[in-house]
Amino acid sequence: MGQPALVGNEGYPAGPRGLPSDVAVSLRDIRITFTDRSGQSYTAVTDANLDVHDGEFVAIVGPTGCGKSTLLNVAAGLLTPSAGRCCIFGNELSGINRKAGYLFQADALMPWKTALENVSIALQVNGTPAAEARERAVEWLSRVGLSAFIGRYPHQLSGGQRKRVALAQVLILDPKILLMDEPFGPLDAQTRTIMGELLLDLWSRDRKAVMFVTHDLEEAISLADRVVVMAAGPESRIIGNFDVGLERPRDPAEVRHTAEFGTIHKEIWQILKKEVIKAYTTGDKV
Amino acid sequence: MNRNKIIFLRVLTAIGVLAAWHLLSTVPAPEKPLLDPFFFSTPLDVLQRTASDIVTAQMWYDLYITLLETTLAFIIGVVGGITLGFWFARRELLAAVMDPYVQAANALPRVVLAPIFALWFGLGIWSKVALGVTLVFFIVFFNVYQGVKEVSPTVLANARMLGMNERDLLRHVYLPSAMSWVFSSLHTSVGFALIGAVVGEYLGSAAGLGYRIAQAEGVFDVTGVFSGMLVLMIFVILIDALVTVCERRLLVWRPAPATTGTTQG
Repeated sequence: MGQPALVGNEGYPAGPRGLPSDVAVSLRDIRITFTDRSGQSYTAVTDANLDVHDGEFVAIVGPTGCGKSTLLNVAAGLLTPSAGRCCIFGNELSGINRKAGYLFQADALMPWKTALENVSIALQVNGTPAAEARERAVEWLSRVGLSAFIGRYPHQLSGGQRKRVALAQVLILDPKILLMDEPFGPLDAQTRTIMGELLLDLWSRDRKAVMFVTHDLEEAISLADRVVVMAAGPESRIIGNFDVGLERPRDPAEVRHTAEFGTIHKEIWQILKKEVIKAYTTGDKV
Repeated sequence: MNRNKIIFLRVLTAIGVLAAWHLLSTVPAPEKPLLDPFFFSTPLDVLQRTASDIVTAQMWYDLYITLLETTLAFIIGVVGGITLGFWFARRELLAAVMDPYVQAANALPRVVLAPIFALWFGLGIWSKVALGVTLVFFIVFFNVYQGVKEVSPTVLANARMLGMNERDLLRHVYLPSAMSWVFSSLHTSVGFALIGAVVGEYLGSAAGLGYRIAQAEGVFDVTGVFSGMLVLMIFVILIDALVTVCERRLLVWRPAPATTGTTQG
């Protein structure tokens, strides 16, 4: 499962870096251009370079419409970039990224399946026998605190509960890479904090590589090892790269009150603020 | 609103209408009733006729024939609609080429096909089944097509990320989505299957509820026509109730339209 160099290393993952196979996601000179129906082309992202190392939690922040999610879709293999390369553990990606799990912003559960079925189907389509899949799905649902709700359909669950099911659905496959597109965006502030805690708790057990897209800088800093800032679109690019030196394990709610958090927040916000303002003034067509 | 009050008012409405019909068709005003019983019959006559008919073997045979035609038309129409709906939805070129022809076929009022079907399939049940199928097929076809096309892109992308191949997607994503559209149009399609059967019988047959009504009409037996309509009405209400039960069981996963059943927390 995890790279031997990384497990058992408390705190910040400090495995050997730079080796191609150590880089979980490597985006090189990515450009993404969309052409709409009227034939107008629109470049969402350009010259994007980003390495996410195995076991590293990287948050990507940027103003609304800057192409954060687009970049994530490239890493997932759902979108082919117009130019550039995307390598997963050293191998060039073609088609769906089978090493990655994707937590979507919108509801992605199959509404016609119960919580249990939604989680167990992930294993079943990958060849696990139904009985075993069911057993492990029950276990995972209890791990995300939903033991009492396994028979419920998505519409019978709250937004936070649905996210927990989605998290179990993704994590049960034990992906090496976790892609998250503002996963807690639609939730209220308290639920978001709780979900952040749950995510860090689950992540700290086996340290997957994480790409976490958000527009909430505080959320980004409290969860991630590194925060990447993207410029306002169109033709967005990566303009900042900040290591978050906060100690692990951390409590994402508590860590916000520390002095270190304030310092790094201030540093990133200085850059991000300009982009947010730019997005407001020029980003109407986005 | 008070439930008992509603029921009371409903019963009152029925009694009022029937009483008015009864009075207008029996009380002389001044020498003849306002509604001539020859053309309008009377409620008591209709009830009496229905009661005496319902115990005859002929009535049950007619009911059985209509039910058989309806069921066959429904099953064949649904299976055909699902198959072609899926096929069209997954083959964009085919759908684009066939679109005007599908629209044209659907634009045709199906009743005009009844004589053709009678020629092709004879006066037995199959000409009625064919008419019902042409009605049911299009409803199911359009619903399946829509259901496959309107699968949430997020659900689809998520299913792909979970490792589903085309066959898995068909079984776990497209089919349930399409079926939810089919089930929600179940009332309409069952209704149309029945219309096909009854109209077919009415236009030429030797058995069935539509045949009964046509026969009675042929001899100016208005009481018989109304009695046939009453039986048909009861028959449809029973089938509809059955469909509602099926629908509830099959669509448990769907949020109820106007309840507060969701949990918070």
